[in-house]
Amino acid sequence: MAAIQVVRSEWTKIRSVASTVWTLSLAVVVTIALGMLISALSKNDFDTRNAKDKLSFDPTYISFAGMSLGQLAMIVFGVLVVSNEYSTGMIRTSLAAVPQRATFLVSKIAVATGLVLAVGLVTSFVTFFLGQAMLGEHKASLGDTGVLRAVIGGGLYMTLIAMFSMGVAVMLRSPMLSLGILMPFFFLISNILGNVSATKKIGRFLPDQAGSKIMQVVTPIGDDTPYGPWGGLGIMALWVLAALVGGYVLLKKRDA
Amino acid sequence: MIELEGLTKRYGEKTAVNNLTFAVRPGIVTGFLGPNGAGKSTTMRMMLGLDRPTAGDVRIDGKHYDQLKDPLTYIGALLDAKAMHGGRSAHNHLLCLAQSNGIPKKRVREVLDTVGLTAVAKKKAKGFSLGMGQRLGIAGALLGDPRILMFDEPVNGLDPEGIHWIRNLMKTLAAQGRTVFVSSHLMSEMALTADHLVVIGQGRLLADTSMADFIAQNSRSYVRVRSPQRERLLDVLHGAGVTVVETGNGSLEIDGSKSEYIGELAAQYQIALHELSPQQASLEEAFMQLTAGSVEYHAHSDAPAEQQPWGDGWKGN
Repeated sequence: MAAIQVVRSEWTKIRSVASTVWTLSLAVVVTIALGMLISALSKNDFDTRNAKDKLSFDPTYISFAGMSLGQLAMIVFGVLVVSNEYSTGMIRTSLAAVPQRATFLVSKIAVATGLVLAVGLVTSFVTFFLGQAMLGEHKASLGDTGVLRAVIGGGLYMTLIAMFSMGVAVMLRSPMLSLGILMPFFFLISNILGNVSATKKIGRFLPDQAGSKIMQVVTPIGDDTPYGPWGGLGIMALWVLAALVGGYVLLKKRDA
Repeated sequence: MIELEGLTKRYGEKTAVNNLTFAVRPGIVTGFLGPNGAGKSTTMRMMLGLDRPTAGDVRIDGKHYDQLKDPLTYIGALLDAKAMHGGRSAHNHLLCLAQSNGIPKKRVREVLDTVGLTAVAKKKAKGFSLGMGQRLGIAGALLGDPRILMFDEPVNGLDPEGIHWIRNLMKTLAAQGRTVFVSSHLMSEMALTADHLVVIGQGRLLADTSMADFIAQNSRSYVRVRSPQRERLLDVLHGAGVTVVETGNGSLEIDGSKSEYIGELAAQYQIALHELSPQQASLEEAFMQLTAGSVEYHAHSDAPAEQQPWGDGWKGN
């Protein structure tokens, strides 16, 4: 079984279902549009900010504000890519065709990841440039220190969010269960844990909070986060690795 | 050639497949028969490496399923007609399967043509009827031009024309020297297509025999006779060397003699007969007798016992 055959097969699978197009389009549109909106609003109320807030003003990070909602569409993409197999019964046909489950899973994840990475990077750059255009005189430029890292990081962040969702979906199989856990987790619980002072120290080790550090260029005053941008992305990558390994172990031993 | 050796699958306390040993040979259609819940589908999933056996082994041409290079070119299976993504077109469904096993793209068009789905190749599978879904599943099984084919309840949901088509397809495939293994819970269906029979009940092997032997052994033909002069008739029949089985309801059953002979014998001794009828036990009856002790889900003809509000459940606890 040549792995390249399986990769080609997974590419046919991913491009031949409608959910791929609409989830990714939604992620792109929401991330860009919301980023532009919030950038425009930030420009308008810049003068009303106090001196401390002005010092912490991070035009790059602001333009990525749409990511908080756009990532939900990425989660849906990641979940559906995997759980479609289970909800339709296709998994039995797939595993009969590719009985090497490691090859099957790695190929599927690789194809979906490649696609998300391409879409994520394009989205990230477009989001940055359009967001900066909205910010007018307060804008950052790609050549400024840390900005290029943040913009590439935005694409990596989207990719890792989707990969994490894929891993969770392999473990849980059911699309409803996976979405029912991931959506509220990333949209509500993570935010709550990160904003309540008692749980803040734990909250910042959650995948989305650690990973989004990569998009930050200006460190807020009084910020005591114990890791840097790449450290944060590394923490997120560890979550992804754990989810995927967990998924593989279950896939390996489970009856299809 | 598929060989099963001591194949066993347990789910907790429940044994779904119990120590199955048999071989499926090439060149013939082998019917895999058993009542609902007998373990047929579980056995087939284990053959394809989808479910892991608790004990025992399955080998395809001497190899384990996951050792096969491009397995679809060895063995093609239709397990469940709905085992596909409804949002994908028939063509793309088959294309992704073909690519995963290095099967040339032109085979997709060929098998779509074979199963008669060319006209709807670009249509999404979710709009397909059960019969069309079944045909698409069969196209997937044929894709790799495999020497072994496996169909789980293929006639389910097919119209008479479709059933006729699949019977002929299976016979043609076997005549080409391929191994054809097909499951069913209908004896009558098997009688029309299978050359060899493997019967299971509650996961255990009940019979592994050629169809001809099964018919010879099980389709018992006999003559039923009733007479008011039963004792005298018995004497006459014994005297003529005829074996008689006395049934509980007063009638006699005679194996191995024609009704004409019995009638003439009775006339010769002037014995009045109230019934003289040739009987043939159907294969379906034979199958039901064979599996009677092992039917998983019995339908009870009598009404359920009336629930006593203060009945047995309260006593002795």
